[in-house]
Amino acid sequence: MRAKRFDTQTLLLVVLFVLLAALALFPFYCLALASLKPSKELLRFGLNIRLQPELLSLDNYTFIFSKGAAKYATWYKNSLVITVVYTAGCMLLSSMVGYGLAMYRFIGRNFIFLCVLLVMMIPVEIIMLPLYKQMIALNLIDSFGGVILPFVVSPLPIFFFRQYASGLPKDFLDAGRIDGCSEYGIFFRIFVPIMTPAFGAMIIVQALASWNSFVWPLIVLSSGEKLTLPIGLSSLVTPYGNNYDILIAGSVLAIVPIMIVFVFFQRYFVSGLTVGGVKG
Amino acid sequence: MKWIYSQRLAPYVFVLPFVLSLAVFFAYPVLSTILMSFQEVLPGQTHFIGWTNYRDLWKDDSFYTALWNSTKYTFWTLVVLIPLPLVLAVFLNAKRMKWSSFFRSALFVPTLTSVVVAGIVFRLVFGSLDESVMNTFRHAFGAGTINWLGNRVTGMLVLVILATWRYVGINIVYFLSALQSIPGELYESAEIDGANTWQKFRRITLPLLKPVSIYVITISIYGGYAMFTESFILWSGNRSPNDIGLTMIGLLYRHGIEKNSLGLGSAIGIVLLAFTMVLNVIQLRLFGLFKKED
Repeated sequence: MRAKRFDTQTLLLVVLFVLLAALALFPFYCLALASLKPSKELLRFGLNIRLQPELLSLDNYTFIFSKGAAKYATWYKNSLVITVVYTAGCMLLSSMVGYGLAMYRFIGRNFIFLCVLLVMMIPVEIIMLPLYKQMIALNLIDSFGGVILPFVVSPLPIFFFRQYASGLPKDFLDAGRIDGCSEYGIFFRIFVPIMTPAFGAMIIVQALASWNSFVWPLIVLSSGEKLTLPIGLSSLVTPYGNNYDILIAGSVLAIVPIMIVFVFFQRYFVSGLTVGGVKG
Repeated sequence: MKWIYSQRLAPYVFVLPFVLSLAVFFAYPVLSTILMSFQEVLPGQTHFIGWTNYRDLWKDDSFYTALWNSTKYTFWTLVVLIPLPLVLAVFLNAKRMKWSSFFRSALFVPTLTSVVVAGIVFRLVFGSLDESVMNTFRHAFGAGTINWLGNRVTGMLVLVILATWRYVGINIVYFLSALQSIPGELYESAEIDGANTWQKFRRITLPLLKPVSIYVITISIYGGYAMFTESFILWSGNRSPNDIGLTMIGLLYRHGIEKNSLGLGSAIGIVLLAFTMVLNVIQLRLFGLFKKED
C-alpha cells in the first residue's frame, strides 16, 4: 500500500514542518544576530534581519567576559549556585516523599497524596504575598535560602517519583529487610539506584525550572550582588533600550547551557515534562 | 533512637519533608491570604476591615482591565494552543511522516528558553522602529511602521504569538505521548471496516485524546491567568501604556509588592483563585457531560 517512499502527502507534510521549524528557530537566529551587532546600532535602528557582515563582531562577548561586566558574572554564578543547591535538595527530599507514599501503607497516606495534588493545582503566584511576609518573618528575605526553601519540596517531582516507585516490585523491600538493611538503607542502597531514569528526568526538569525561574526570586532578592540571571537581565530591560551590549550577549549565554544539555539528554526532557499528562 | 528505624515509623519519616513544607510554605500562606484579604496590613498594626478590600477592587477600573486582559490572553492561548498542537502531533505521528523526531525537537526548543530571554528577543523582533524585523515584514506588504507594543490589539497579538512560540512544542509532546499509547489495532480494524482518514481521526483519535486534552486545557487556564513575566519584560516593568499589558498577577504585584498593600493584593489573589477554579470546574463538567453522551 505504501510502496512509494515519498508520496505527495508526505512531501506536503515535510514542507509544512520545515516552515514551522524555521519559524520556531527564527527568534534564535535574531538573538544570535543581535548579539553580534554593536549595541549603538540596535539602539538607533532596531534589529533587522539583514546580515550586514561589516557590522558583525564578537565585541559584545569580549565585553561580557571583561571586568566592566562583572555584575553579569555574579548573576551567572548566583544562578548556578541556586540551581545546583535547589535541584540537589529537591531530588533528595521529593524522592523520599514519593517513595514513602508508594511503598508503605500507613494512616494518612491518601490524605497526604491528596495534598500533593492540591498543591500542584494552585498557582504559586496566588500565595506569593503571604509567602513574602513569611520570608520576612523567617529572616530569609534577600537570601538564597529564601529563594530555595519554599519550593525545595515540590509536588510535581513527588508525584512523579510516587508514580515511578509504584511500578517497582516490592520484593526488593523484603529482600533488603531479610539482609538486615534498615528501612532507609533499603531506600538509599536499593531503590535510589533503580530509580536512576526517574532522577534523570526530574533533575533536568527541575534544574531548568530553577534556572529560568523569575517571579519568586524577583520578590525575594533585592540587593544587586544576589540577583539571579533572569532578574539581572530583566533589570537591564528599560524603556530606553540602552544596555544592549550585556543584555543580548548575556541572553545568548543564558540559553546555551540548556541547549547543550537538551541535545544530549532529550529523552529525559520529554519523559520529565509530560508528567501527569498521560494517566494522571 | 532505635524507634526511628521501626517499620511503622519509617513512612512518616519519608513523608516528613512534605508535611513540614506543606504546613510552613503552603497551608499557612493560603490561610493567611484569606485572612489578609479582609485586613489592612500596615507595619506594626493590622486590623480587620471586612469586605473593604473587595469593595475597593470592585470599584477599581484597573481591576477590570487586568481581569479582561488575562481573560483575553487565556481565551486566545486556548483557541490557538489546543487545536494547533493536536493537529501537528497527529501529523508527526503519521506513519508516512519523515524525520518526525527532528521536527518535534525543533518545535520543542523554544520551551527551554526562559520567559525573560524570550521577551527580550520579542521586544527586538516587534520593535517600533522602521528597521525592526516585523516592521520590515509589514513594509514588504506595503503597510507602514507601527508601534507593536503601543496599542491594545497588536500588544495582545504579540503576547499570543510569544505564547504560541513557547508552548506549541510542549503541547505537541503531550499530545504525541497520548497518541503513541493508542493501540494500532484500533486503526487496523477501522480500516477493515472501511473507515477513511477523517473518520478514523474523528471516531478513534479525538475521543482517545480527551484525557490529555482535559489536562492541557486545565493547565492552560491556570497558566493563562497566572501570566505575568511576559508582560513584565515586553513592557519593561509593570508599566504598559494605558495598562494594555496589565494582568491579574501584574495587578497583584502592583498593589502587594510595589505599593506594599498586602491586604488588597491578597484580595486579588483570592478573586483570581476563585475565578480559575470556577472556570476549570465548568470546563471539567462540560467534558464530563460529553462523556455520558458517548
